[in-house]
Amino acid sequence: MKATAWMLLAALAATAQAQTAAPPAPRADVRTLDYGLQPRRIADGTWVIEGAVDDFSRANGCNIINTAFIATGEGVVVINTGPSRLYGEQQRRAIARVTAEPVRQVLNLDLHPDYFFGNQAWSDTPTQALAGTIAGMQAEGAAYEDNLYRLCGDWMRGTQATPAREPLQPHTLRLGRHVLELRRLQGHTGDDLVLIDTHTGVLFAGGLVFAERVPTTPHADPAAWLASLGTLEEWQAQGQFKTVVPSHGPVHDGTRGMAQTRDWLQWLTGLMRDSAEQGVDLSELMRMPIPARFAHWAAQPAEFNRSLAQWYPRYEQQALDRR
Amino acid sequence: MDILTMKPRRQFLLTGMLGAMGHGPLHAAEDRTGGDPLGSPQWPSLRAQYLTDAPMRFTDAIAVYTPAFADDAMNVPLQIDARALSATGGGVRRMRVLVDRNPIREVLSFEPLRALPMLSLRIRLEQASPVRALVQTADGQWHVGGVWAQAAGGGCTVPGASRADGSWKSTLNQVQARFFPNPVVGSRRLRVRVMHPMDTGLVASIPAFYIEQLELADTSGQAWWRLALHEPVSENPLLTFELPPEGPRAFRLQGRDNNGNRIDAEVRA
Repeated sequence: MKATAWMLLAALAATAQAQTAAPPAPRADVRTLDYGLQPRRIADGTWVIEGAVDDFSRANGCNIINTAFIATGEGVVVINTGPSRLYGEQQRRAIARVTAEPVRQVLNLDLHPDYFFGNQAWSDTPTQALAGTIAGMQAEGAAYEDNLYRLCGDWMRGTQATPAREPLQPHTLRLGRHVLELRRLQGHTGDDLVLIDTHTGVLFAGGLVFAERVPTTPHADPAAWLASLGTLEEWQAQGQFKTVVPSHGPVHDGTRGMAQTRDWLQWLTGLMRDSAEQGVDLSELMRMPIPARFAHWAAQPAEFNRSLAQWYPRYEQQALDRR
Repeated sequence: MDILTMKPRRQFLLTGMLGAMGHGPLHAAEDRTGGDPLGSPQWPSLRAQYLTDAPMRFTDAIAVYTPAFADDAMNVPLQIDARALSATGGGVRRMRVLVDRNPIREVLSFEPLRALPMLSLRIRLEQASPVRALVQTADGQWHVGGVWAQAAGGGCTVPGASRADGSWKSTLNQVQARFFPNPVVGSRRLRVRVMHPMDTGLVASIPAFYIEQLELADTSGQAWWRLALHEPVSENPLLTFELPPEGPRAFRLQGRDNNGNRIDAEVRA
């Protein structure tokens, strides 16, 4: 019996590794409030600090985001700063352990709290985001604080929403051997900054691409999002990048995350359209079984329920209007 | 679609766990919940207020559905299905929906009359709370079902969107309605939206302003269901009723709010 259980566990572990090829989730220590951040080198001068592929919880310190940094030879560019002041401080130390180069700028790819709440630890460094992103951070920062203090407790100690200070235009940034294409897309939020490093072929996709994790949608426009995924797939087909760093989910090569995100958005919007036309109530829709291909994703069904609560009432109203 | 026959698992779990704790002989002396399977110390006062000395029993026969966690505390989806009591005690006479930990605990009172004993709507939650359906059958017996709803909270004490932007004035008491064939086996579903801010009176300088009564009647004046609403019903209520598949195709929806404004609309299949 014991042996069987062990074999099963080993087999499961092997399968999981083969599927994601990602390291284990960081070990957050609730007692010492240590996120256990471990930079992992994925390309020349390029590291990611992977968060748990999960929903926010005290056990994971609410660290569910992948942040990253590129040591270009002419200074470090940091991408996203995590869910709290503490994260930003620990991120800063983790970077200093890996490279002696000074950090020259910090980028926040969108307005969601885990993209920028660590900015507090970077008060001596330019923090930059698209203009619409900064406006959103300013408008919603206080509400994010309330919500994250409630969800994450002590991990949030001393955290104050600190929006990026410098608005950014899409442009090409040449630093050392790295050529960073900063481009504006939209759909996950109104202003989605993506970064392609053409030197390494790495795309930092922000919230436009999720992998093995249910996409979050509080500021999303599904039609615009699908169009942006089309643009990314085009760039990928042109060879502009091969490795994808999503904000949530494992780093991977190729179109897997883009295809998953597209599949989910199309399924979800189709489900809502058809259900509203049949008169299904929101409460019933939340109890719908989720198709097998999505059922094992992280943050299921919490994120499915959130998206329905955010979006389905519009479809219900349209069904009443169509009478 | 088979979702409506699914049993609420959380409800059974809670009932099982807490019921065992509450009824255990060791804990009998300490039970301040009146035997409530949801373990709520508010239950005895709710029972005294709404049931007085009437006979009651806790039951799993009433399905009460809320999401596991309600992110939008101003619009928490709630579905109550008491069809399992249709053949008990002469059938369902009325149901009353209560939220233990809301500042205003009574949500609505529903007389299904010729409709099925099933109702869907959105409610406001001020904090995590038991949400209960008290169902009375024709023999006078009360049957009580419920579930714990987790919520971020604050839903009763912030103004709704149409109050915040003032748009409620241009749509007050407008009605939209549509029939849907058969989402539930053996039912003709009617979804009704009445535009109303449903102010709870718990936001500074905004007095309570809510729909008090709604009734659906056919052209001969026969009532098909009757509903008394209270402040915790969400803004612009979207109400879902189940009518028998066969029946009239033309109805009239009438009602009023607590300021005496009338609601009056034709409802046609």
